[in-house]
Amino acid sequence: METKDIFKQGISRRDFMRKTTLAAGGGFILSSLPVGQSAYAAGNDTLKLAVIGCGGRGTGAANQALNADPGVKIVALADLFRDRLDSCYDTLAQRHLDSGRLDVPEEHKFVGFDAYKDAIALADVVILTAPPGFRPAHFEEAVKAGVHMFCEKPIATDAPGVRQFMDAAEIAREKKLNVVIGLQRRYQNNYREAFKRISDNAIGKIISGQVYWNDAGVWVRHRNPGMSEVAYQVHNWFYFTWLAGDMLLEQNIHNIDIANWFIGEYPVSAQGMGGREVRTGKEYGQIFDHHFVEYTYPGGAVISAQCRHQKDTFSRVAENLMGARGTVSLDSGHNAVIRDYNGILRYEHDGFNDPNPYQQEHDELFGAIRRGDVIDDTDYGAKTTMTAIMGRMATYSGKFMTWDEAINSDAQLMPDYVGWDMEPPVRPDENGFYPVPVPGVTEPH
Amino acid sequence: MSIIGQSYSMGFKNYVFVGLLLLISSLLTGYGLSNTQVHPETDPIPFEEFSQTLQGVDETIEMVPVPGGLFAMGSDGGDGIHEVEVDSFWISKFEISWDLYNQFANASPEDLRREVFKTFYGVDIDADAISSPTMTEELLEVLREADIPTDVISTPSPSWGDLTRGMGTDGYPAVNVTHFAAYMFTKWLTVKSGKFYRLPTEAEWELACRGGIEGEGHPGEVDQYAWHRENSDRKYHQTGSKEPNSLGIHDMLGNVAEWTFDQFHEAYFQHLEDEPAVNPWFRPDELYPRSVRGGSWMDSKEQAGCFERRGSDPNWKRDDPQLPKSLWWHTNAFNIGIRVVMPENQPESAEEMEKYWIEAIQDYN
Repeated sequence: METKDIFKQGISRRDFMRKTTLAAGGGFILSSLPVGQSAYAAGNDTLKLAVIGCGGRGTGAANQALNADPGVKIVALADLFRDRLDSCYDTLAQRHLDSGRLDVPEEHKFVGFDAYKDAIALADVVILTAPPGFRPAHFEEAVKAGVHMFCEKPIATDAPGVRQFMDAAEIAREKKLNVVIGLQRRYQNNYREAFKRISDNAIGKIISGQVYWNDAGVWVRHRNPGMSEVAYQVHNWFYFTWLAGDMLLEQNIHNIDIANWFIGEYPVSAQGMGGREVRTGKEYGQIFDHHFVEYTYPGGAVISAQCRHQKDTFSRVAENLMGARGTVSLDSGHNAVIRDYNGILRYEHDGFNDPNPYQQEHDELFGAIRRGDVIDDTDYGAKTTMTAIMGRMATYSGKFMTWDEAINSDAQLMPDYVGWDMEPPVRPDENGFYPVPVPGVTEPH
Repeated sequence: MSIIGQSYSMGFKNYVFVGLLLLISSLLTGYGLSNTQVHPETDPIPFEEFSQTLQGVDETIEMVPVPGGLFAMGSDGGDGIHEVEVDSFWISKFEISWDLYNQFANASPEDLRREVFKTFYGVDIDADAISSPTMTEELLEVLREADIPTDVISTPSPSWGDLTRGMGTDGYPAVNVTHFAAYMFTKWLTVKSGKFYRLPTEAEWELACRGGIEGEGHPGEVDQYAWHRENSDRKYHQTGSKEPNSLGIHDMLGNVAEWTFDQFHEAYFQHLEDEPAVNPWFRPDELYPRSVRGGSWMDSKEQAGCFERRGSDPNWKRDDPQLPKSLWWHTNAFNIGIRVVMPENQPESAEEMEKYWIEAIQDYN
């Protein structure tokens, strides 16, 4: 099928091989200009892009970056697994090999835990799409190298990781680096239009709300024969808290971010409940299949965030916020509806033909780089991540959590050293089951 | 073998052997297959409404007969009229609901494999908890001998987020399913029912929508029959909650638009070669556009008609942030669903069915 599709693109198999080989030996003359505010103001320079984390999302983001700016070229790929890297390369080759904008010779395909360093060293802009646990280290390295970036959410899985990210973000600001965080609702028209109106006091002060990520669940990857424990966990990363942070952090974060954004504050405390009712097999690692968190904000607003992965149950990915004078309902189907408490419709957004927010993120990132502007999403990226981590601390432990307690927590899920020979942070029992948090027993953080 | 749905290299799992039985009934008569459920019915099914049960599935499909014949397809007001002849068929009385679709989507590949192999080969497959079922050497030998593909049917990978937009699942039509997924669903139905199911061709769809050969294509009072933009409150509704057409079929005009089995040609009639065209079908070989018929809850009242057509579009997956994009799910097609048909002239053999089996195409858009 791969071959067939290449034919569809007008490239024969032989051409494909030849171009791949040429690309490996070729090389455009690219200066190693210092990256900074004005480096690309001319707009003609090539922007060298590296992808760190070559899964479906990384590949998609790379494609969006190439679509955003004709002067972008992919020069390096990094992943823990060679097969992921290869399939990313093949997928991108389907669209971009012909144009010469996928220029990744064999020696620029980096595999392993340190691969990100080599890839970042070759780039002007990087895409950080490895599992979230690795993000603080990858972000720190990118900042050190002075490269612009698209950085997926969440930005860490534990409080020490958030603090590490925030420290590096300080330096990113000094270096005037562009950092777009993959909380794409901030780049989506229905949310932006509603936000404008809420800022103009359309519903008064927000006092409560409900945000949802309820659906049937995501992929699960099975253990391949001969896989080490570490390899299996990073392969099936969604189900391990040190890597993904749990679904509250990995997915419900999007909806929690809307509450934070629209209220304009971050919660001072959280309490909640959660568990593992349906998705209990060993292949689901250690994470919960449902959470319900109540967040209290400094101004008094109370938001409930619920997420669920249970098949054949009511599904909804959306946000409702209640103000003193009215409500706003938003959802992933590009809708926004503002009503007052008499039920009168004040605003209705018809977003059926709105732009793809995932593309918009990259359009704005590269636009800013070219213009010499700076987009810095790090503050809300870090604090919204921390909001979700605080929620997870509350649901795992069943305890009341304060923001100060959560952000200052020393509970470190991500090991200091990562490598194939590391001790995995969790191990299965003799039956292959992983330790699952128990509210009332598990430590709060 | 060219008859395989496809052999995929990336991104999904859940290949099941269920569809093997489609292929092998003619090849392996020595293996006790004479009683298999996919053998064409020896007694003709009375050409009347019936309820299709599905093995191991606690949902049924109500099927309504549509007598075939010669009819003038199209309308004077549209792209004109063309003489078309179609064979008789049954069509589902309702749009396929999430309740049924999810039984396909949630089907356990391991269980299905075990079921098929036990039934057809008399072989027990030991499933270990982590990897896929293990096949015995004898079984593999059978497969090799018969040149049997291993992935005739696969089941959908998990969806990306909420594809109902909170509009509901119990009794509501399944939406956001790709053409490939809709087609694989009909293969699954074939296996589960023992009868050949597929998507309707455009001609069949139109005939059924018009209420048969004498039909007019548009009832008088649309609101009585269709959920459309002006009366739907911007959401889909439970199937069958509006009046049926004269054949007893619900929601042809609105609620969700429905996949047909054709590649979409803007000028449909210009691609027909004969007059009359007999059982016309434009076999899909490009991913986009494929043909969708009827209006939906998102479309205007005027679009709630039997001549309403559109082609699928890559934009229907624009909120899938990954690459390649899902073969199974759209993310922005909240108004596109499924209706199925069962032809009266059932294929006599797996080979005959193969003519209808289309290949999946990876979506790099």
